[in-house]
Amino acid sequence: MSKSNFSRRGVLKTGAIAGAGLALPTYLSAASHAGYTNAPTGSSVKFGFNVPQTGPYAEEGLDELRAQELAVEHLNGIGDGGMLNTFSEKNLQGDGILGKKVEFVTGDTQTKSDVARASAQSMIQKDGCVMINGGSSSGVAIAVQGLCQDAGVIFMAGLTHSNDTTGKDKKANGFRHFFNGYMSGAALGPVLEKEYGNERQAYHLTADYTWGWTQQESIAASTEALGWTTTQNVLTPVGAGDFSSYIAPILNSGADTLILNHYGGDMVNSLTQAIQFGLKDKQVNGKDFTIIVPLYSELMAAGAGSNIQGVFGSMNWNWQLQDAGTKAFVKSFGEKYGFPPSNAAHTCYVQTLLYADAVTRAGTFNPCGVAEALEDFEFDGMGNGPTSYRGSDHQCFKDVLVMKGTDNPTNAFDTLEIVEVTPRAQVEYPVDHPMFAGGDLGTCNPGA
Amino acid sequence: MLGLNSRDFKLFIVVCLMALAAPILLNPFPTASALGESFNAGYPALMQRFVIFGILVIGFNILFGLTGYLSFGHAAFLGVGSYAAVWMFKLLSYNVVPAIILSVIVAGLFAVVIGYVSLRRSGIYFSILTLAFAQMSYQLAYSVFTPLTNGETGLQVYNDDPQILMGANSPTSPHFFGLEMNSQYTLDISGWSFVFQNGYYLSAIFLILGFYLSIRIFRSPTGLMLRAIKSNQTRMSYTGINTKPYMLAAFVISGMYAGLAGGLLAAMDPLTGAERMFWTASGEIVVMAILGGVGTLIGPVLGAGIIKYLENIVSKINDSILHQWFAFMPDWLEGVLVTIIHPFIGKGWHLTLGLLFMAVVIFLPGGLVQGGQKIGGLFRRKKTDDAADGAKTPAE
Amino acid sequence: MDAFILQILNGLDKGSAYALIALGLTLIFGTLGVVNFAHGALFMIGAFCAVTLQKIFGISFQTIDDTQTDFLGNPLKVDTPYIEAWFGPEMGMAIQDWSVPLAILLVIPVMFFLGWVMERGLIKHFYSRPHADQILVTFGLAIVVGELIKAFYGANPIQTPAPDMFLGTVDVGAWLGMDSGAVAYPKWRMVYFAFSLVTIGAVFAFLQFTTFGMVVRAGMADRETVGLLGIDIDKRFTFMFGLAAAVAGMAGVMYTPILSPHYNIGMDFLVLSFVVVVVGGMGSLPGAVLAGFMLGILQSFASMNEVKAVIPGIDQIIIYLVAIIILLTRPRGLMGRKGVMEE
Repeated sequence: MSKSNFSRRGVLKTGAIAGAGLALPTYLSAASHAGYTNAPTGSSVKFGFNVPQTGPYAEEGLDELRAQELAVEHLNGIGDGGMLNTFSEKNLQGDGILGKKVEFVTGDTQTKSDVARASAQSMIQKDGCVMINGGSSSGVAIAVQGLCQDAGVIFMAGLTHSNDTTGKDKKANGFRHFFNGYMSGAALGPVLEKEYGNERQAYHLTADYTWGWTQQESIAASTEALGWTTTQNVLTPVGAGDFSSYIAPILNSGADTLILNHYGGDMVNSLTQAIQFGLKDKQVNGKDFTIIVPLYSELMAAGAGSNIQGVFGSMNWNWQLQDAGTKAFVKSFGEKYGFPPSNAAHTCYVQTLLYADAVTRAGTFNPCGVAEALEDFEFDGMGNGPTSYRGSDHQCFKDVLVMKGTDNPTNAFDTLEIVEVTPRAQVEYPVDHPMFAGGDLGTCNPGA
Repeated sequence: MLGLNSRDFKLFIVVCLMALAAPILLNPFPTASALGESFNAGYPALMQRFVIFGILVIGFNILFGLTGYLSFGHAAFLGVGSYAAVWMFKLLSYNVVPAIILSVIVAGLFAVVIGYVSLRRSGIYFSILTLAFAQMSYQLAYSVFTPLTNGETGLQVYNDDPQILMGANSPTSPHFFGLEMNSQYTLDISGWSFVFQNGYYLSAIFLILGFYLSIRIFRSPTGLMLRAIKSNQTRMSYTGINTKPYMLAAFVISGMYAGLAGGLLAAMDPLTGAERMFWTASGEIVVMAILGGVGTLIGPVLGAGIIKYLENIVSKINDSILHQWFAFMPDWLEGVLVTIIHPFIGKGWHLTLGLLFMAVVIFLPGGLVQGGQKIGGLFRRKKTDDAADGAKTPAE
Repeated sequence: MDAFILQILNGLDKGSAYALIALGLTLIFGTLGVVNFAHGALFMIGAFCAVTLQKIFGISFQTIDDTQTDFLGNPLKVDTPYIEAWFGPEMGMAIQDWSVPLAILLVIPVMFFLGWVMERGLIKHFYSRPHADQILVTFGLAIVVGELIKAFYGANPIQTPAPDMFLGTVDVGAWLGMDSGAVAYPKWRMVYFAFSLVTIGAVFAFLQFTTFGMVVRAGMADRETVGLLGIDIDKRFTFMFGLAAAVAGMAGVMYTPILSPHYNIGMDFLVLSFVVVVVGGMGSLPGAVLAGFMLGILQSFASMNEVKAVIPGIDQIIIYLVAIIILLTRPRGLMGRKGVMEE
């Protein structure tokens, strides 16, 4: 019977622990008395850099990580200070943030929402991070943004281009420096009109998931406003590899323009294969056939090689910009790593500095204070000219770049050239724009 | 005890204790120490995953371990269970009870359909059938079924969802009749801090129940029947026994375990995405089961724990942490060590996983449990030798 | 009509890739009785042989050009491939241009060797183990190979273009007496199709018309008896493993201009090739080829807008749907033998 006693004790124990949980349900963490999640208590503060290190966007994630490490060095006064020297605010002196040294932990999102959330949770629960930064896909950004809202930390989104991130899935604790599908459309429109006229028949190939759909919707709207017709929108499975059966029908569809709403490896393959099918050499309706890739990145451009020559697209930022901020950043990044930074790297670098500056201005790491300091705050000197984060949806507004694949590249980094810097006014939209409808920013959550 | 023989009962007690004391056992190092920062795993989100994936693999083991039928599409049930649970949150309220019940039921029904079809074949044909069903579920959930699954973004609860049972003061995160899953109690003892979280304990209770049920199934006449099918299905059918109902029962029970795990995942973190159903997720379940030891009772739990530990802990170790560890060494040695370890940590954790997995399959076909038994065997033999010596000594 | 012909061509092209991989897979299964989950990895290693050769041809020495500056404003370092320095710019460029076809010469010995090492070093120890163990150990190997490739080449797809003379399209429509330009198909895809037909034909001819092949076929039918006749069947089977690896590798090399290789293509092709083999029937060579072409063509037709309009998303699931239907109506796939892989 002694065994029976033993098991009864086990039950009692369970009850006791459950009881403890019942009795003290709201004392969340040691720092709870500070009024927000993970209030830094010691001489340092910790950031979480949550980027894809494995999976299809691993290279992009690693570039983000490099930029984030650089940002931390600059905040802690190591190196040449980069954009801190050109930033319009001068609160950061290279002595950390509010006198606290900046530390960071890294995690792997694998570009999967589940894994990204697990990694972010570990940063929040185990490492005590006050801010999560980075990522390379909209699905992941939206997933992690929701988590940070619930946990009460600030989320800076990294590379995410879907309208939904600051549209129907916007959250008060999340901010996005990157541009979005609508802005790509608005920036590309006038350039395409100038280049290709008002009478084009556009055939869309669209990655069959939310980002692809929102970008297709945005681009179709802006090209139709020019007078173009959208002849067909074909959804393609993600990671299809061989796109031949989607490309072949374009040949005789009467379309004279192909718009590839693809990203990453899908874009590299679909563009390469479209060119193998001779699309670029064709004449339709008396016009040269054209291909457009609305969202570019340097790594995709490198992957697509010479196929990208003459193809138009858009970008958030590019290292070839000539303003002082860009030059300072490219210099410190280039000297440390030996190659120019990507626009994903720029986004994550700037977000880290901006967060740090907002903390300094707010005088606290409390996410509500930081969010208030970031909202509708106008600044300059970080590339892209005068910039601000709109308070009502936390989308960043700044100049957007229209790019073209370089016709005669002279070196390995010379894959894209800047065609036009589209002024900020042209890509702005009202917060209740139908493409961004349905969301609820909510109120900021300090956690604890 | 509890209908278990004494060996099983001991094992059961060990599992109970491990599950209940996990917040303490998994935090062996002081929180602020370098080792603690890198290797402590006792934070709620990871502990939840340990037990939830434990439940999932226990269920998988009932199918694979007992019958030898290798399902390569088990993640589909996990995904379906999660979707069902999140829909309950969206429609009713954040109470986890209806969510978990529905997730088990839906996964069970799903398993009946898939099992009925797939079990008409055996061997690799069965594996490919389950794989095909799971991949179809994944592809459709990712794209065409987006109104139902919210596609790539993942199904989540929005402020404007109906939530018809939600009162004005109801919690706004998953809860068990008011007891919020994410509320916790932190115990600080001189440098250590132990976190006891409601959500973790709910999952742990389900793990204990699931483990108990699996022991009972293993030891039941049905379990015996399933093993008999494993060793020779043809002979079983020649003796006039219709094996199909037994197989289907095992398949459905296994699917319901997965549904429960899916529902719990959603209850801990109310968002679910299609990639939970991708074939690599199913592969991961197989890897967990093999790593721990297929057909053993405790193996699946061990395997799930090790994989989740690698995924969450090793993937976070980066070069600067390595440099911290070896900072006391001469520079050249530090450099060499970091260079050697670098490929296996952080972004290279998959490589570690692959090598570990291969090593286990090659050297320990019975998984880590077999490894443990081997070591235990060595130890025991030594002890009996000692005992023999001891017996001799007084005689002299 | 032209759309129809184009999709048939697409299907044949996809099908030839599926068939080549499935052929090797089923060859290994038929001879050694091993389920090789690392076969996709062999395909990938082949593809990366092309990448490696391209890299080798691109090995350069640096000269500093003071007249130009790099992005940091330092004097520009100009890379000149050794190969251009040795053979002159024109010849050097031509060699680089042809790196994909030339990689075939590299891939055959490399893959043969790797296949041999893999069989002797690892697979050999798994003959007596259950199929599940074979699946698992080769699955683990596939993960490791993928990660090693990633460690060396990164995660991004790498552009490996076909030689210039194969760029552009062939006017297939004109051959069929249609309007010129109605059915234009990329040259390299035609090459790939032809290459796969030749390879498949060669494998069949080798098994059918050589003494070696005859012994192997006898061994596939009844290993024990052949062994009793005093023939060292193991050695021949090891050779067949090498051959299967070489076929997968060649398929990988030739596919690189169509699909830029990255570290995960092995896994992408793994599931597909297994479905193909199972649909064709485990261990049946003609079955694998037939199933490969059939699934390729079906997938192409399912991708047509007219079909997708009726059943949305059918292009994403067609392969699996067909696999389920075939397995339920024909228990051992299209041409499978009784009693194989059913224990």
